[in-house]
Amino acid sequence: MEKLMAALKAQIVEQLNLQEVKPEEIGDDQPLFKEGLGLDSIDALELIVLLQQNYNIRIANPEQGPEIFRSVRTMAEFITAQQTKQ
Amino acid sequence: MGEVSITASCVIRQHRIYRNGELLWEASQDLNLQDFLRAAYDRFSGQYPKFHKMDHLCKLGWLAAEVLLKEPLDYPPAEVGLILANKSASLDTDLRYYDTVKEFPSPALFVYTLPNIVMGEISIRHGFKGENAFFTSDHFDTELVMSYVQQLFDENAVGAALCGWVEVMNEQYEVILHLVEKEKQGLPMNAENLQINKL
Repeated sequence: MEKLMAALKAQIVEQLNLQEVKPEEIGDDQPLFKEGLGLDSIDALELIVLLQQNYNIRIANPEQGPEIFRSVRTMAEFITAQQTKQ
Repeated sequence: MGEVSITASCVIRQHRIYRNGELLWEASQDLNLQDFLRAAYDRFSGQYPKFHKMDHLCKLGWLAAEVLLKEPLDYPPAEVGLILANKSASLDTDLRYYDTVKEFPSPALFVYTLPNIVMGEISIRHGFKGENAFFTSDHFDTELVMSYVQQLFDENAVGAALCGWVEVMNEQYEVILHLVEKEKQGLPMNAENLQINKL
């Protein structure tokens, strides 16, 4: 899980072009949106692309989005759960 | 009807940034456009992470406004207009977006596939909510921009306006951005002063 979260942080920084954020500065449980990392709705779409591109995971139910993208940890947990299913 | 004058100008071309005709900063000609824009951001702004997500057109217009508006404008937000023009519209970004469509269409690029987004980025930064228009033509049609701006002032639709030319295609770019105001000391708003060919 730690390794996956570290990889995710690097991918988020790259995919979202967060040039003033270092991957290691993102907390495992830090909220990704609003008061946390401050991501917006376009970033949410980019995160969906990130999952598809890097992990071949499609989000079937868009209503799950807020739960999945709450933090790096929740993203990692979702990826792990999906990979276990495959 | 008071006279409309150009009260400040910013030009960005050939990796040089001018304000009111004075060369403020010059970057190495060896830099590509992306690196030049990042260096200019570090030099003139910083502390605005959304800059890095913008396309080149928005970065250029946004930087010019940053240089031009060192002091906040003393007008209500709804009284500041934006009238810009260029040659390539958003083609530079349209093509980049098209490249991504073959695999994973990029939402972050898609949102910049309209030329008037640059006015949105400037407006968000400076809180402008006034009239705006974006024109596309082969050359900077100063007569059109002048008459449009004059009309806005004549109708009291604006108290101040940013107007000019923000062009980019691949590595070729040019920005000429003016602040125009009524009954203020400045250069007459005419074709020669809008075009700024001599820098």
